[in-house]
Amino acid sequence: MLRKLETFIIITFFILAMSTLASAQGLDAFKGKSGNIEIGGGTAHIPVMKEAAKRIMTTNPAIRITVAGGGSGVGVQKAGEGLVDIGNTGRAVTEAEKSKYGLVSFPFAIDGVAVVVHKANPLHGLTQTQVKDIFAGKITNWKQLGGPNAAIDVYTRDEASGTREVFWEKMLSKGAIIDSANVVASNGAMKTAVAGDKNAIGYVSIGHIDDTLKAPLLDGVEPSQETAVSGAYKVTRLLYMNTKGEPQGLVKSFIEYVRGPEGAEITKASGYIPTK
Amino acid sequence: MERITRGLLLLSALVAGLAVLAILGFLVWFSLPLLCGEGLTQVLSWRWRPFQGEFGILPMLVGSLCLSTTSMAVALPMGLGLCCFAHGVGPRKPAALVMGVVRFMTSVPTVVYGFVAVFLLVPLVRAAFVSGSGFSWLAASLTLSLLVLPTVVLMLHAQFELIEPRVRLTTAALGLTRAQAVRYVVLPAAQRGLLAASALGFGRAVGDTLVPLMLAGNAPQVPGSLLDATRTLTAHIALVVATDSQSTAYLSLFACGLILFVTSVAVNLTLRSLNRSDGGRA
Repeated sequence: MLRKLETFIIITFFILAMSTLASAQGLDAFKGKSGNIEIGGGTAHIPVMKEAAKRIMTTNPAIRITVAGGGSGVGVQKAGEGLVDIGNTGRAVTEAEKSKYGLVSFPFAIDGVAVVVHKANPLHGLTQTQVKDIFAGKITNWKQLGGPNAAIDVYTRDEASGTREVFWEKMLSKGAIIDSANVVASNGAMKTAVAGDKNAIGYVSIGHIDDTLKAPLLDGVEPSQETAVSGAYKVTRLLYMNTKGEPQGLVKSFIEYVRGPEGAEITKASGYIPTK
Repeated sequence: MERITRGLLLLSALVAGLAVLAILGFLVWFSLPLLCGEGLTQVLSWRWRPFQGEFGILPMLVGSLCLSTTSMAVALPMGLGLCCFAHGVGPRKPAALVMGVVRFMTSVPTVVYGFVAVFLLVPLVRAAFVSGSGFSWLAASLTLSLLVLPTVVLMLHAQFELIEPRVRLTTAALGLTRAQAVRYVVLPAAQRGLLAASALGFGRAVGDTLVPLMLAGNAPQVPGSLLDATRTLTAHIALVVATDSQSTAYLSLFACGLILFVTSVAVNLTLRSLNRSDGGRA
């Protein structure tokens, strides 16, 4: 037992040592450089961008990085018109946008979206068809799914939400969402609402699932970072950074940093899955 | 010296006036593409389904009106009661306490009301009425009435303070108690104050964003009952503002802004005219 513990501690130290080494290398690229990077667009990216910016700016005070939101559409437009250096999108840039602005895309994370219910909900799994019917308002009582006799409270996100977009496209196959569904403004608000409502059903980014919520199996597949990576769980999307033309200098270093080992670690800590 | 002061005041008045006009111009300019031709019928319709190309904001307009009306229906009698209590119906010490609490309420940030209500009021509503998620017209309306209550009370209070000294000797000479004086003399004379308080409170209720955003459920529908979710114009703007700035959905926000602007101007003009005629009488 003691032996095992010892090995465990040694291995942990080893990993820690490795990771500090790696992070030092990641930030080395910025040594002695100065300038500004402006970032805007997709809001899902913000935690990753902010943490990366913070780490770079604390070790290199001559570099200034500003991070703003605005949504994927804004990301494309601002990057295309040269108003920001990096425009973030939670979707692939369309061919039209690519040819109009000459954008180059850099995916750095996989984000999955999962259906969530109250943790006391007895249901273990749902099929995609059932989810579609619930959100379309065809199934309105948990009894119809083998649950208790109670009306289903449907929660959804606003139209600006990238989470809604991927859920709508890949889970609902662009099907209808009933007008009477409650609309909440963020992943956090969705968590609060569903965690407090016994009859709720909603959806969040996989990174936001914790033990305050229950994520039922979808067609027998558990929504998790692992199944999203393996491809078993289908409701996923990529998060992209986009630049007008090939990135140069500081912007190039930033993108490499986010897509590098330390960036991957930040991405993971933010609840997303780094792309390989 | 006086000339400089007068000039400065004139200048700041001019700047403030121009700013308001500029806002109006800005809103009109941006909603112009919608306001002429096909856009208008698109925006003035009952369905908000941006992915299907439907951009109606009428449900939100109705939602705003419903919510502010019911909020005032609760806040106004309550405010009136509190004010009468503080001005002679109630004993002196609790009366002072009531006014103190009301003054304190003005300093509570809106988000605190919203946040507390999400965890206390919403589950209560959900449990009390079996249907619905609790995020409803009712929950938002109750919280909103709490929010506008100080506005109502303080407006009325100011009005009472104006009237009371004038009638004090007379009512005392007639042998009326303070409570009777409030009931038979001050209250009838404060009618215009009551109107002003309701107009101001209504404007505040229409304009508030956070309470409906956090509590009303934001479903873009005309609520069928107090337990249904509804969306106000302000919450609508907050929810949609992050979309692509080229889309019709985004442009329709300027129409929402224009409606809100016109509402607040109307409320202020009403107040103005009330004050003027009141000044003539007093």
